[in-house]
Amino acid sequence: MSTQTNPESGRVLRYVDAIREALGQEMAADPSVFVFGLDVDDHLGIQGSTKGLVDEFGADRVFTTPLSEDAMTGVALGAAMTGMRPVHVHIRMDFMMLAMNQLVNMAAKTHYMYGGAYKVPMVVRSMIGKSWGQGAQHSQGLHAMFAHVPGLKVVAPSNAYDVKGCLIQAIRDNNPVIFMEHRLLYGTEAYVPEASYALPFGHARVHGETDTGADVTVVGISNMVMECLRARELLAEEGVHAEVIDPVSIRPLDFATIKASALRTGKVIIVDNAWVDFGTSAEIAARIAEDDDLSGIKVRRMGYAPTTCPTTPWLEEHFYPNPATIATLAHGLARPGAATWTPDPARAKLAYQTQFRGPF
Amino acid sequence: MSQSADTLERVYFGLRYTRRVEERVAEIYPTDKIKSPVHLSIGQEAASVAVCDHLNADDIVSGTYRGHALYLAKGGSLKAMLAEMYGKSDGAAHGKGGSMHLVSREANVLGASAVVGTNTPVATGAALSLKMQGTDRVVASFCGDGATEEGAFTESLNFASLKKLPILYVVENNFYAIHEPLSKRWATDRLCERVETYGIKAHLIDDDDVLKMHEIAGAAIARIRAGGGPEFIEYHAYRMRQHVGPNEDFDQGYRNADEADKWLNGDQVDRVGALIDADARARMDADIEAQIEDAVAFAEASAPPALEELHRDVYAD
Repeated sequence: MSTQTNPESGRVLRYVDAIREALGQEMAADPSVFVFGLDVDDHLGIQGSTKGLVDEFGADRVFTTPLSEDAMTGVALGAAMTGMRPVHVHIRMDFMMLAMNQLVNMAAKTHYMYGGAYKVPMVVRSMIGKSWGQGAQHSQGLHAMFAHVPGLKVVAPSNAYDVKGCLIQAIRDNNPVIFMEHRLLYGTEAYVPEASYALPFGHARVHGETDTGADVTVVGISNMVMECLRARELLAEEGVHAEVIDPVSIRPLDFATIKASALRTGKVIIVDNAWVDFGTSAEIAARIAEDDDLSGIKVRRMGYAPTTCPTTPWLEEHFYPNPATIATLAHGLARPGAATWTPDPARAKLAYQTQFRGPF
Repeated sequence: MSQSADTLERVYFGLRYTRRVEERVAEIYPTDKIKSPVHLSIGQEAASVAVCDHLNADDIVSGTYRGHALYLAKGGSLKAMLAEMYGKSDGAAHGKGGSMHLVSREANVLGASAVVGTNTPVATGAALSLKMQGTDRVVASFCGDGATEEGAFTESLNFASLKKLPILYVVENNFYAIHEPLSKRWATDRLCERVETYGIKAHLIDDDDVLKMHEIAGAAIARIRAGGGPEFIEYHAYRMRQHVGPNEDFDQGYRNADEADKWLNGDQVDRVGALIDADARARMDADIEAQIEDAVAFAEASAPPALEELHRDVYAD
């Protein structure tokens, strides 16, 4: 699904404002939707993503909580089972570790363990941080932990258009949805229609699909989609054509779109916004390995260094994949036998000035 | 106590019904027809019976893996319960929840968790729903003494009091978490005081007097229904059987029969039975036996779930 909407019908909107718009539209449309979590109703409003909601919808439907992530997640579950559609917000994904019991032992299992008697239409929003000292406990992409568990859905939109449509879908979904945002995506802009729309999960997005044959497939997760698009630009200057795939939802995973691209290119790099070992990149690689149509496909994986995230920038810059390291690996895969190429550092830096606004 | 003859009959029926169901379960258990661990309520049925007598059909209860009594007292189907324990397709969860996760949408049994303390916040969320929806319905949340040690328990109390939620928290204190006594787990036994610091009215019933429980719970639920916010009852009772399994375990050394004597001698089923008309009691007893045998036959006859059931309901539509 490369292009789905006419940009004429949208405005350029920031990711953070698209989240805010989705929440406001769903709350206006459905009185059972409410938003709660530490700081959702303060003057900053979760970096602006919940700003003003309390004025519009009142303190009964938009409220902060005690610092009780465990019980508050259970509260969301109990409310969801009894007719409400809660959106529980964590300003960092790391805090969700305090809610693991309710998410894994309870919310994920409620519908199944109770034989379908109850549904769990709840959303758990969280944001992943990066840089300026976010460090060990403000930077983790923990999606693989959640995606491992049947009963949970996991979504990680990487642009403003997707974040609005996916959040609306998540709120309307009758299952617990782990909704991952990335702090560095908050300021990115895309064409976003003003009207409400829901994007179904399990539909990957392909950037740069070409019939004439791309050289390499690069799958990015969350913020790494942006890094992959920047790498794609660097590669293009070397004559290497990369298709960048954004799965958008991790569970359910649209493997068919990844497979189709892999068949076109024969080479797949998975760039996760998380550790490599035992993660989402391993899942995608395993599905490629298990698919007889894809025998002989070359697979490489990139992600966080296998360390805790350090705060100092001199170390942190080596913790994450970046456009230069992604482009270098992709070039090597696409041009086997060619001399190792690395982008000019000054040029790689310029890649960050590019804004990818869609249309999506 | 001031309960009417009708009330006493209802309470007796509830106590006797639960007791006999569980005794029957214990009889069946060695045949391996029940495909599920059983945590029997025998000895501590009274809390569920007394509280649920004050609840309406649309009120909600939430409990634990020791939840047969609560499920039955709230009006959960006995046939669906036994079929569930047999792992059959007509079970409350089509055989996928078992004894520890009894549920009834119809009777508003919100389910039961095997991870101690974890249903307490879920029940609290249900109370939040009822309040947001502007109803006068209430939630009764049951757990044991061990659950009060979990962080989620106090987190829930704080939130419920903060939001003045319509919920009654009931702790069935049977003095043991599996085999570990309170003395090895609690720095002090002043649980009601702890709860009161959250601004929640707390009641201690330090014997298992079901009629006292009935009276206190009735008054508490009336206040909660009128918008008075959460209340709490600590109810002392004694688990007569193993933590898990159908048998007594006084030979295991972690507790002894002397300790149980005072509870056995004051058994609430016999006590309330003696307070009601003998003919009425005999009719109820016969009715209970008939219902149980009906339900056992139903569970035995129910088909095992079809293979498709394995994959059904992982996600809701």
